[in-house]
Amino acid sequence: MRRIRILIAKPGLDGHDRGAKFVARALRDAGAEVIYTGIRQSPKAIAHAAVQEDVDFVGLSCLSGAHNRLFPEVIELLKEMGAGHMVVFGGGIIPHKDWPFLESAGISRIFGPGATVDEMVGMITKMAPDGSRLQPPAE
Amino acid sequence: MRPSRTKWETGTLKKAHDGVAERESEFKTPSGLPIDRIYTPDENSCPDYEEKLGYPGEFPFTRGVQPTMYRGRWWTMRQYAGFGDAAESNRRYRYLLDQGQTGLSIAFDLPTQVGLDSDDPMSAGEVGKVGVAVDTLADFEILFDQIPLERVTTSMTCNSTAMVLLAMYVALARKRGIHPTVLRGTIQNDILKEYVARGTYIFPPKPSMRLIVDTFAWCSDNIPNWNTISISGYHLREAGCTAVQEVAFTLADGIAYVEAAIAAGLDVDTFGRRLAFFFDVHNNFLEEIAKFRAARRMWANIMRHRFGAKDPRSWMLRFHSQTAGSSLTAQQPDNNAVRVAIQTLAAVLGGTQSLHTNSRDEALGLPTEDSVRLALRTQQIVAYESGVGDTIDPLGGSWVIESLTDQIEVEAVKLIENVDKIGGMVAAIENGYVQKQIQDSAYSAQIAVDRGQMKIVGMNCFVASDEPEIPIQEIDPRTEERQVSSLAELKKTRDSSVVAQALKDVRAAAEGSANLFDPVLRAVTVYATMGEICGVLRDVFGEYREEVVL
Amino acid sequence: MTALTTKELVRLVIDGNPMAVGRAISILADRRAGALELLGELYRYEIKGKVIGITGAPGAGKSTLVDSLIKAYRAQGRRVGVVAVDPSSPFTGGAILGDRLRMQRHATDPDVFVRSLASRGELGGLGPATAEAARVLGLAGFDPVLIETVGVGQAEIEVMGVADLVLLLVVPGNGDEVQCLKAGIMEIGDLFVVNKADRDGADRLMGEIESLLRLAGRGDEVSARIRRTVATTGDGVTELIDGLDALYCAYESDGNLARRRRSHQARQIKAHLVRELTLRFFDFDEKTQFLSRAVDSLSAGEGDPVTLGRAIIDEFVRWSQGEEDGAKSETHA
Repeated sequence: MRRIRILIAKPGLDGHDRGAKFVARALRDAGAEVIYTGIRQSPKAIAHAAVQEDVDFVGLSCLSGAHNRLFPEVIELLKEMGAGHMVVFGGGIIPHKDWPFLESAGISRIFGPGATVDEMVGMITKMAPDGSRLQPPAE
Repeated sequence: MRPSRTKWETGTLKKAHDGVAERESEFKTPSGLPIDRIYTPDENSCPDYEEKLGYPGEFPFTRGVQPTMYRGRWWTMRQYAGFGDAAESNRRYRYLLDQGQTGLSIAFDLPTQVGLDSDDPMSAGEVGKVGVAVDTLADFEILFDQIPLERVTTSMTCNSTAMVLLAMYVALARKRGIHPTVLRGTIQNDILKEYVARGTYIFPPKPSMRLIVDTFAWCSDNIPNWNTISISGYHLREAGCTAVQEVAFTLADGIAYVEAAIAAGLDVDTFGRRLAFFFDVHNNFLEEIAKFRAARRMWANIMRHRFGAKDPRSWMLRFHSQTAGSSLTAQQPDNNAVRVAIQTLAAVLGGTQSLHTNSRDEALGLPTEDSVRLALRTQQIVAYESGVGDTIDPLGGSWVIESLTDQIEVEAVKLIENVDKIGGMVAAIENGYVQKQIQDSAYSAQIAVDRGQMKIVGMNCFVASDEPEIPIQEIDPRTEERQVSSLAELKKTRDSSVVAQALKDVRAAAEGSANLFDPVLRAVTVYATMGEICGVLRDVFGEYREEVVL
Repeated sequence: MTALTTKELVRLVIDGNPMAVGRAISILADRRAGALELLGELYRYEIKGKVIGITGAPGAGKSTLVDSLIKAYRAQGRRVGVVAVDPSSPFTGGAILGDRLRMQRHATDPDVFVRSLASRGELGGLGPATAEAARVLGLAGFDPVLIETVGVGQAEIEVMGVADLVLLLVVPGNGDEVQCLKAGIMEIGDLFVVNKADRDGADRLMGEIESLLRLAGRGDEVSARIRRTVATTGDGVTELIDGLDALYCAYESDGNLARRRRSHQARQIKAHLVRELTLRFFDFDEKTQFLSRAVDSLSAGEGDPVTLGRAIIDEFVRWSQGEEDGAKSETHA
């Protein structure tokens, strides 16, 4: 039973990282190993980082409205690199009307404002790959 | 009456009255009771009144920076706006001016804020989204079409690209035959908070400070009525710090800028009176009012005693404020209008010079025309209907307000001392102290919300089971395409050899120590693009890279 | 990726396929199914590339220096691998792996590979996963492989067990003047680097390191073993690379490198030995509860820890023998 690894990334030019940093910290407190890329990442840089780190989940945060363009691009690149199994979720300022489009592009879940840590942990627990857990029993 | 009051009335106040008459010859409540200009303790009580509170328009400015405050003139109602391309934004500005807004506040898109052209690969998906896309002077020509630059004050929210955008504004004015000395406005131009809270930095701190100081100097000589910096606490607060931290770090940033300007040989009184500030207005009504009063008193002391400024105008903390974006909820958006009304009242009772009120749908996206109008009406209702502007600093003397003002000052001074010990704000940012302070506050606040300990109506208490869909402002999806093709068109029609020479001159100035403003002004005038100019500067100055994690 | 055989995975690693490299590191780090087979396969290859450990107190600028080193190595056309280790939370077991942020500008360069690992409770911060990750990167053709340590606790010592060369980073004004005097520090670093060398006190710090080297009778090594850098600007980094290359060459010719690698191997076997023994012991104890009974005795005031401990070990040995005999008889049956 191994630990879950999560990449938290900010694609595009949006520099508001309060939410992304909060999520990273909260997921660490829930037992995950979290890699945070920092702001101003191209979709390519995010995909490469995810592959090198062989993460289970990729969380994308965008508050500038560029999500419809950037989130699907990350997913495409992940697929191209053989990482299509990674679960990609999103957050930031993403209007409801865009959720169906993003979901059809491969985003597994979008966390809107008011989403709690518990909800996020719930999703991760549910979608964790076999053999992995947020809090694996100690050896 | 206190002797000091008589002195104020026959001195500072009288001088102000010579300049600006008050709105009414006498002020009364609806039932006919007289409202005095200001309320002060009688001469036998409050021995430290003069030292700690004083009179509006006089050191330490706790009660306000203008002697007549809103009895003379309302605060500027200045709604931040901009999206899509220049033509769309121009339409919104003209709408707002028609609706009674008294100053323009320009929002630029992210590529413009970080010095990239609309056709840059990193700009994909971002063009025109959070503000207007500006690639060249041609966009400014459209943006300010039919707007009289000589009569409006324009605030531009740009930081690392402030010099370039101000140069475009000046170039536009010149083209219209407007003399630069009549131009009035503000550029945000506050790079330090970018590293810590907002993320639209380009260059490392040292060259960024140089750009800022060059701008101070050029403006002192050429557009003396322009506010050259808006030292911002708003974004720090939105990043999650407390009111005390907001005051402390904002003023510490101010100290860093003043030190840099003095080190570059500028006279503190020349640029000192053109410094402006920008604060958040959050939910806790009493704390926010006290915060503004504490900030004024602290800055007055800093400028007068720490920096030895002689001109009283340099001691004045003039500020713009914005209601807190982070207090808005996506759930039950109408609640936001109520929040904004309370925050507006706090800003006014706190003595703001200028105010932006958020629209109720801003947690969902850019505001619609209707929501923006309601936000503007909120300010107008407080101004024209509530009566709070008829007396200066109405809550002065309230036990809780004076106590909070004192406490905030004490705590903020401690934080500034910590920053000083580290070696100033630049050092404190480089070693992560500021980021950690902010993040720790942000984390505890979010956990408190998550757990329902910090109550947010409609979100974690009094939740509605059905939420109607609220219409939000759509950005035309063809904006990026259009902007990219007009940029391509422009590049064909401009004189590329002239542009190349202008860029060479920018490079030469950047590599040396000459003031960069004139070469940049020349470059924008001949239609060099934002990306081209910043590309040269990136080359010479390097790019800042984020260091601190969590 | 899951459908591959071990040999196929290793082939892809040798080809430098990033997904394969990342996955191979994970399989080993997590001891997933097939890990031992993979490890066996990896050890069939001789890894020629150098492994450089970078250690130093928090705030010394390790990540920034690594980022600068990557840039400089790339300018020389070399392929760089990085293993960056950060501590796991002792409470939740989770971790924020934050070193990558400072090297992200290299993310799209196919000749750079950065992998972040959590210490996962290893006292020194570096478990076997670190050495194994370095081996995978070496096999994928990255040379050098830089290992960035946690920077606290026993990390400086631990990295010696993994790296061919250890770079010890110190910073003026960090209290490092005192740190230098800490016992054993001088034995750990192959190269001492004063970072943030534009600060006050840099010269003095370099002087102190020099004195310490002289005191240890290594005065003739001073010019080979001390460097200064300003990682944020890249100042001094090329000289640092030259210094590392020169030292590595010297170690190759004077047998130091061979000695070191032998000692790494000894260390690795020992570490696994201890691990394995411990696992077997706890397996035994789960079945027999001897440890728990010993604790009860001690709490009741009977016996002492040493005697009780010895008795348990005797039981363990007897039990292991019994297990082995049982297994033998099973195979005969």
